[in-house]
Amino acid sequence: MHQEIYVLVEHLRGQVAEISYVMLAAAQELARGTGGPVVALLLGHDAQALAQDLAADRVLYVDHPALAEFTPDAYQRVLADLMERKPPRALLLGETSVGADVAGRLSAQLGLPLVGYCRTLRADDGTLTFVSQICGGRLMAEGELPAPTALVTMIPGGFKPEQGRSPHPPEVIPEPAPSLEGLRITLKQYIEPEEEDVDIAKAPILVAVGRGIQNQDNLPLAEALAEALGGVVCASRPVVDQGWLPTTRLVGKSGKRVRPKVYLALGISGAPEHVQGITDSEVIIAVNTDPAAPIFDVAQYGAAVDLFDLVPVLTEKVRQARSAPALAAA
Amino acid sequence: MKIVVPVKLVPDLVEELLIDESGTALDTTWLSLILSEFDDHAIEQAILLKERDGAQVTVVVPDVEGADDVLFTAAAKGADRLIRLVGPFEPTVNNHALARAFAPVVRELQPDLVLTGVQAHSDLDGPVGPQLAGLLGLPYVGYVAGVRVQGDRCLVRKEHPGALLAEMEVALPAVLGIQAAEEPPRYVAFSKIRQAMKTAAIEEWPVDELDPSGGPAVRRLFQPEVGERATMLEGDVDEIATRLVGILEELGVLA
Amino acid sequence: MAVTIVSPRPSFSEAFYASLQEVADGERIRTCLQCGTCSGVCPFGYLMDFPPSRMIAALRARMFDRVLKTDTVWMCVSCYACTQVCPSKIPLTAGLMARTKEEMVLAGHVPTELQDALEKTLHYGNPLGESPRKRADWALGLDPPVPILRQVRRPVDVLWFVGDYASYHPRVQRVSRALVRVLNALGVDFGILGPEEQSDGDSLRLAGERGLFERLAEKNGRAFRRYTFREIITTDPHAYNALKNAYPELGIAYPVRHYTQFLAERLDQLRPLLKRELKARVTFHDPCYLGRVNGVYEEPRALLEAIPGVTLVEMSHNRSTSLCCGGGGGGMWLDGFQWEKARVRLSEWRVREAVAIKADILAVACPYEPPRFEDAIKMVEGASRLVVKDIAELLAEAMEEA
Repeated sequence: MHQEIYVLVEHLRGQVAEISYVMLAAAQELARGTGGPVVALLLGHDAQALAQDLAADRVLYVDHPALAEFTPDAYQRVLADLMERKPPRALLLGETSVGADVAGRLSAQLGLPLVGYCRTLRADDGTLTFVSQICGGRLMAEGELPAPTALVTMIPGGFKPEQGRSPHPPEVIPEPAPSLEGLRITLKQYIEPEEEDVDIAKAPILVAVGRGIQNQDNLPLAEALAEALGGVVCASRPVVDQGWLPTTRLVGKSGKRVRPKVYLALGISGAPEHVQGITDSEVIIAVNTDPAAPIFDVAQYGAAVDLFDLVPVLTEKVRQARSAPALAAA
Repeated sequence: MKIVVPVKLVPDLVEELLIDESGTALDTTWLSLILSEFDDHAIEQAILLKERDGAQVTVVVPDVEGADDVLFTAAAKGADRLIRLVGPFEPTVNNHALARAFAPVVRELQPDLVLTGVQAHSDLDGPVGPQLAGLLGLPYVGYVAGVRVQGDRCLVRKEHPGALLAEMEVALPAVLGIQAAEEPPRYVAFSKIRQAMKTAAIEEWPVDELDPSGGPAVRRLFQPEVGERATMLEGDVDEIATRLVGILEELGVLA
Repeated sequence: MAVTIVSPRPSFSEAFYASLQEVADGERIRTCLQCGTCSGVCPFGYLMDFPPSRMIAALRARMFDRVLKTDTVWMCVSCYACTQVCPSKIPLTAGLMARTKEEMVLAGHVPTELQDALEKTLHYGNPLGESPRKRADWALGLDPPVPILRQVRRPVDVLWFVGDYASYHPRVQRVSRALVRVLNALGVDFGILGPEEQSDGDSLRLAGERGLFERLAEKNGRAFRRYTFREIITTDPHAYNALKNAYPELGIAYPVRHYTQFLAERLDQLRPLLKRELKARVTFHDPCYLGRVNGVYEEPRALLEAIPGVTLVEMSHNRSTSLCCGGGGGGMWLDGFQWEKARVRLSEWRVREAVAIKADILAVACPYEPPRFEDAIKMVEGASRLVVKDIAELLAEAMEEA
């Protein structure tokens, strides 16, 4: 029985993506069940430095100019080759523009089972269990991780990225690349997002303001909170109508549907015309002085306090939490 | 240029999702199906390419409830050929089985491009596109938001997080997972759909057996705990703010 | 919004002109005097590149394709003000404006919000995109239970066609529940279709989706035929208009009345039940499709005056000159589009009129209005005291024990 847990490290332009650390934390949990090592797979070119804070027992590093940046064909060839030569118990990939491009193709090509949208992995007395979140978060599917080798694409939320980070650099072992001649997909260039207004429909964190913000001069309060959270400010109709924010920031029936991880609604009553734009949010947190406001029927968490009292305090605490030193891996 | 767009219908989340007695699958008696949103974009992208560069667009869908509506709407938008795969399709057929059912059709049609939605919300066993590409031995790029065909290759714009776009050149034939068509899916007047119902022909292609192997076995399907109303945080502003920070940390938002 | 791709051939104008003749009284378009009154009375006429009279001028000049290259026809809220004042009695709203919007829809050039409402209606039978199975959920828990015809399977006197917003929108569901109390107090034998009911589609018809309207009508017609009832009543003036004026040409003809007409007929029975005094200055907003289009002005007022303590006051525009709230003809789903162009909302104009006459209550009788006017109240200075209530809600309140 294979024991190794592989994690495909995702990186773009010299930055390791957070999902990689989430997967390493997940891998550690699985390794407790298999007894096997957590092996990070790092594909790149002159990219060894990216391995330094990976919480893995070892890193298999494949270096090739064609791997300098992610392209599906090159990655898929390397992984297919590696999986055939050294099959693990599981290969974890991100449910992302990197991992999801190759996972399914590997599944079909190598005849390996694939578990998608996986949020949690557990080792319960020797059996390995997956829990996936599908249908817009409305359904959870639990099952045994297929044996002997399974592919898993993961979404964040089940593990803390800090547990995937290590203060001590792991052992890096060079791994040969198979032939990468005749690649059918090549990267031509990256295109930066334009400096024009942010697309709130793509933002993972939104701080939304409604009539409760009262006037334009109070917007900086919300903007400071958004900045501390790494999010974007958006609004309900009355705020946009007054011209305090452009229409690109409008959420609701006449504006955009958003799907953030967190939607923080400040001073928004929760009229249907607004709410229909936010139902795809993963978590809605509402602040409104009126405890009977309909927004509390759709939010997961609420506070019936004055946003002008809460927001400055919250902003400061968020800033502190973010600047705290990263926790050492267990 | 020939474009094939394999699409699928997925549980409509407007309706309640009910779990059957076994506790391992969705109750299909009350299940309402709707075209997967990203597949709608794939159809739109195919029609845009047809309008821009000239192409024959074929839409392929498995034989589940709502399949014909999807095909007639596609025809009303400009699709040339409509194929319904006829076989023992359950409404909740998995993507491994679908990919294996689509593969021979694509092989037969020999398209330059296969466009399909990058994902669907019910993809417990991963999306269809990459698997289809694997079975056919074709290159695959997902999260595509723009396509330009240039002879025997195409230039795609792939969306990475943070609105970063990667422009990639892909040798044809290829499979692309569409994230967003270059224009939002167009509106088609119902009278045109009605017209298509009268004039468009749907070809039925048989699929004898479905092979869902490769998809995980579900031991338990359940709904996450959902409260009727928000959990109201109590205490003074300081306590509430601290609690919120804790919640945000648990969500992985403050890393 | 994108520009229409229309081939600039004069024959398009001719084809369009010919299609207009097919509308009831459509041939009157030939007698247009180019007086411009229609464009003058149109609430958004000043924003249209081609208000109605200029559309006809373009048609006559065989340059109608130019009209379709602009998108300002979507500023039309189908309020019938133009139709009403036209000296040649041209069917401007139902003919010219609806047909022009139809051309836009056929070309696929529809503002996004409206597109969304249309697609949802096709899929779910209502523009809000709510589950058809939940169409009668507003009535859950009421005692006695509201009879749903599919369940009770018996003849009723009155089939109440509830409508989309009255079924699904939380604010308007309160109006529906209020009417239930009034009907029960009067001992009316009624039933609703519940999940079998589809959108009346009248606003969509006037927004250019004739095909979708016909499909909805067919489905509603089939549902009607399954049951035995003497008449249809509805809380929705748009549904009233559809059932009374548009469905018969599709072979679906039943006696239909707006609920205010039905209740006004029973005033002698209703009056003694209105015990609770409501001391307020009440003004009534004539809905376009009840008043101007179908001539029902007095019955709603009679009901309001029957409530003890009510002082009925009139806004400066009332009865046939009533100002549209902006929700018709697709306007309900064109808010973003119209706001961008106008930077003013018709519903806000109307609220200002109510404030100007110092009304306490703005009484309405159309399901679009409670949400529209309540939103407008938030935006108009000095309006915060104004309360919006449907007549049914006021009657139900007056029936309560003091």
